[in-house]
Amino acid sequence: MSATHPVSLSVNGEQISRLVEPRETLADFLRRDLQLTGTHTGCEMGVCGACLVLMDGRPVHACLTFAVQASGAVVETVEGLSESAEIADLQRTFHERNALQCGFCTPGMLVSAHGLLTRPGVPSREEIRDALSGNYCRCTGYEAIVDAIETVARRRSAGERAARFLEEPA
Amino acid sequence: MKARAFSYVRPVTIAEAIDAFAAAGGEASYIAGGQSLVPALALRLQAPECLIDIAHVEALRGIERQGGRLRLGALTRHVDAHDDPLIARYAPLLHLAAPHVAHPAIRNRGTLGGSVALADPASEFPAMMLAMGAEMEIAGPEGTRRVPADAFFQGVYETAIEPGELLVAFHIPVAGPHHRCAFDELARRRGDYALVGCGVMLAMPGDVVEDARIAFLSVGPTPVRARAAEVALLGSRLDEAAIRTAQTALAEDLDPTDEAHVPATMRLHLARVLLGRLLGGLGAAT
Repeated sequence: MSATHPVSLSVNGEQISRLVEPRETLADFLRRDLQLTGTHTGCEMGVCGACLVLMDGRPVHACLTFAVQASGAVVETVEGLSESAEIADLQRTFHERNALQCGFCTPGMLVSAHGLLTRPGVPSREEIRDALSGNYCRCTGYEAIVDAIETVARRRSAGERAARFLEEPA
Repeated sequence: MKARAFSYVRPVTIAEAIDAFAAAGGEASYIAGGQSLVPALALRLQAPECLIDIAHVEALRGIERQGGRLRLGALTRHVDAHDDPLIARYAPLLHLAAPHVAHPAIRNRGTLGGSVALADPASEFPAMMLAMGAEMEIAGPEGTRRVPADAFFQGVYETAIEPGELLVAFHIPVAGPHHRCAFDELARRRGDYALVGCGVMLAMPGDVVEDARIAFLSVGPTPVRARAAEVALLGSRLDEAAIRTAQTALAEDLDPTDEAHVPATMRLHLARVLLGRLLGGLGAAT
């Protein structure tokens, strides 16, 4: 009844083909089959936001999508975003602003922030909070996370490149 | 928790999807965005033997004006309900309600068809379909039929869709320059499920209300039309007296039940407050 299905999708720019059980979520597929453990599994029911990935360019919960459904899609995980340096400034500023403590929620926070900052315009603090409304953090109280994202939004609108932060030691 | 094992098929036509349901002996669920279904599977509240992935059925897509109607394919995503310019122009209640639906990542994946077919009484889009007077196009083994929103919502999570049938599209009368629309909801905290929500659509070619449709969410087992309040507004200039009459009339329209922390009287009061704010805003828009 649960025969495996072939899936073929792009993950962080690499074309991947595997056989999966239909019940395997995209989050479990990324973590177990591809060892991409930056995608965290917290609630596994779409509430905590720790498993967010980009699917066809938009943040989605990897726990609310079965891997078979993602066949044909373009998926980017937090590993892909950090290796391409697209979020280097966000990572650096999260560090500087103490926007993480235990770090469990951070991959999801970064994917949400990336999704927000790739939309046109400079978001207000209220818009940043709205964008993070599906991301739980039990350590920071969110204020520092909003600070970090606001800082990056302003720097980027002033013309700063995300990748500049790779060139300096943290 | 993890979902129980199931088989998976990915049809590309409506006929294939409906055949797949029959082939599974009815022990199947259609899945599109899956933003409500996948948690239900993970919690094992549901355990179908087969998932029929309709996300690649082209006939369920599209946002298109067809004469006096806007046709929205059932696969239209929540995010498009907010961002799409045709929807913002011709079905503004969807545009106004979209930011109140769940969270951004859910809106990126969840579909209008899924939300309306689920018919959660606390959900925004079903109530807006009622407020707009949309027709639901439903496909089944015998062909397709259309059901008006007024006959579509039948009980808690119960709709006119029969087992095996598939919600194909929404046909929404287009809003014109003479329409005034408003949506808002009251919640204890921003982003929480609404204690009460309301969409209003008024036809006002001049200063006088010629037609009114008002629908509430979170006040009963289904989205509820406030017909007495609508009638109270007809022929009025949306002045304070007319708005008060409409607020009073809500006692005939809404029959909320007592719930823990939300007595029925409180919910009715909040519905009146919300309707007053929405109508007041629309009246001031002249």
